[in-house]
Amino acid sequence: MSPEKVNHLPESDTKLTLGLPGAGGECHRTKAGTKRGFLETVDLNLMSSSNDNKHCEENDAMASSKTPATKAQVVGWPPVRAYRKSAMKGSCKFVKVAVDGAPYLRKVDLEIYHSYQELLSALEDMFSFLTIRNHVNERKIIDNVNGVEYVPTYEDKDGDWMLVGDVPWKMFVESCKRVRLMKSSEAIGLGN
Amino acid sequence: MSYSSLPEDVLEHVFSFVQSDKDRNVISLVCKSWYEIERWCRRRIFVGNCYAVSPRMAIRRFPEVRSVELKGKPHFADFNLVPEGWGGYVYPWIRAMAGGYPWLEELKLKRMVVTDESLELIAKSLKNFKVLVLSSCEGFSTHGLAAIAADCKNLKELDLWESDVEDPSGNWLSKFPDTCTSLVSLNIACLGSEVSFSALERLVVRCPNLRTLRLNRAVPLEKLAHLLRQAPQLVELGTGTYSADLRPDIFSNLAGAFSGCKELKSLSGFWDVVPAYLPAVYSVCSGLTTLNLSYATIQSPDLIKLVSQCPKLQCLWVLDYIEDSGLEALAATCKDLRELRVFPSEPFGDEPNVSLTEQGLVLVSEGCPKLESVLYFCRRMSNDALVTIAKNRPSMIRFRLCIIDPQTPDYLTLEPLDVGFGAIVQHCKDLRRLSLSGLLTDRVFEYIGTYAKKLEMLSVAFAGESDLGLHHVLSGCDSLRKLEIMDCPFGDKALLANAAKLETMRSLWMSSCSVSFEACKLLGQKMPRLNVEVIDESGPPDSRPELPVKKLYIYRTVTGRRIDMPGFVWNVGEDSALRLS
Repeated sequence: MSPEKVNHLPESDTKLTLGLPGAGGECHRTKAGTKRGFLETVDLNLMSSSNDNKHCEENDAMASSKTPATKAQVVGWPPVRAYRKSAMKGSCKFVKVAVDGAPYLRKVDLEIYHSYQELLSALEDMFSFLTIRNHVNERKIIDNVNGVEYVPTYEDKDGDWMLVGDVPWKMFVESCKRVRLMKSSEAIGLGN
Repeated sequence: MSYSSLPEDVLEHVFSFVQSDKDRNVISLVCKSWYEIERWCRRRIFVGNCYAVSPRMAIRRFPEVRSVELKGKPHFADFNLVPEGWGGYVYPWIRAMAGGYPWLEELKLKRMVVTDESLELIAKSLKNFKVLVLSSCEGFSTHGLAAIAADCKNLKELDLWESDVEDPSGNWLSKFPDTCTSLVSLNIACLGSEVSFSALERLVVRCPNLRTLRLNRAVPLEKLAHLLRQAPQLVELGTGTYSADLRPDIFSNLAGAFSGCKELKSLSGFWDVVPAYLPAVYSVCSGLTTLNLSYATIQSPDLIKLVSQCPKLQCLWVLDYIEDSGLEALAATCKDLRELRVFPSEPFGDEPNVSLTEQGLVLVSEGCPKLESVLYFCRRMSNDALVTIAKNRPSMIRFRLCIIDPQTPDYLTLEPLDVGFGAIVQHCKDLRRLSLSGLLTDRVFEYIGTYAKKLEMLSVAFAGESDLGLHHVLSGCDSLRKLEIMDCPFGDKALLANAAKLETMRSLWMSSCSVSFEACKLLGQKMPRLNVEVIDESGPPDSRPELPVKKLYIYRTVTGRRIDMPGFVWNVGEDSALRLS
């Protein structure tokens, strides 16, 4: 359809249909808080409990660690400025997050998360080419596109690089200076 | 004597009374000689999208400008939708202006990346620099501020509104020389760490024209009284931390200091507020026109006590702790109210934590005849309420409603809120800005396209059902300049059918919608005066063409593709051989 020709849509297109955004090919990696599916978002609101996603088994593992806050952690919604979010809290703890091989950094405020799971979900949102797979006793971060595995590491107050998840959450927030998602192949020697 | 034979300097004198950009632009189109005269005497330019024109072109056309205002990133950058490194760098502009506008006096930037290098260049090159406003900017540190303080001898205004300043340290304030007495406005509220209080105090004391002072959180309440006594002429004050141990001497000192400030019209700050100290400001309430309590975590009863003493209030920013009862009191007392913003105290909570509903807004719309600008976060809404608000306030100009849960229906009827928002656009004929939320079908967009003829900016999320929705807006909203959409099932058809419309707008943002990469390419190829930029952090968008593009930013420009795009932004234009990343 060329831009100059029409200024109204042909009849057949004016039928109202409900449909999922996207051509349908995308895996609806749905979990409450990051879903983009139209119907799924409707479900989210009509049902009283949070996680009701049948699509990916990850959700069952994550369901147990979900807190109310994760429901609404869709990036960009609600439209509250980052400045306001951090100002509302007494303190904030911004750390840089780097992913090996990605040319850009992100800054996250660790104080807005309550658990490692929340943090990793947020990272999944920010670096959208990553997927977090939950296995027994272990979380893996995988690049969707090329299957490269990453290990989340952080630099602590003493300058040592540690594995994310080894210490209680609050202790991690307090001591973390920056986060690096390191390629698994390079994470040898960081402990299991 | 016909108008065309009036001497140039007479025309120039006449033009000098015309300040609005729109009118100036119209003047410049009358004839060639008016174009020439006008461009030599234009003193201020506003560039709403820094990539729409190059600094060189702007300077070439308007050689005698004294004030420049620039905006960089798209509005949705405020909500973390634009990745870091996207762009919006001011340095090329400053480099060009250092040579082209040596007498530049004012620079106002919004959502731009400003480096210390840029600030140092300003300080070094612009000898008459007076006003620097950095609103929601980032990329600089207190080193850059130190350069401004030290070298801008005639500085009148330094405003860091909600900017992100790195590694803040307090020493930069001491860089203002003792000879600097020209400050009129200083806003450092966003600075995270301590500033040297003695340097601040000395600065305040030697600037008798200081009328705006917004302190940062690190300035303790115990020291506020002292500052106020040095600057009783202040018109606008932002407190620092508004909490201290409860001691009668601190309180009476503070109350006394406030009572000496007879000119105060605007108050803000109130970080970590202790309610017992609020009465210290009561003596200035009767004159207050602006009150920003949006960081004050105080409950409704204290808010009511405060607001009930401000009959002249025109602008109130507050948290939803005010609740419906507080808004009722506001409606009863503040008959001059023009603007109300209610921010959410717990936007990510599952359940409402306060008793703030649509009722509060309805009451304010009933009680405040001058209300024209609303930003309201709440958890429930009804069509009835919206219709009532629309009928109460047909003079509404800005209406931004955020119902926190996406796609929340009318809580009474469980229907979409199409009819309610339809009433808003139908009754409020001068509406310029609208933000939608709640459950909405294509019908609301039909209303908007039909009635919102003066609408300039529309923000949409989780709404609509098909391309028809987008088509209604693009084909019907005659005055539309900015459209930003997230998570809506809008795709190729409406976009391509209305391609020409996009050139009449400043910009269009679409994220998590259903636009295909093919359509973007087509648009980019057909519309050479648009930059069609696809943002995709996972790789070249044409490597997975079956997926919709994640983020799309389209804007008109006279300079072609920008040269500072990071690796995750693709300009899908005429010669769109995609870079291999």
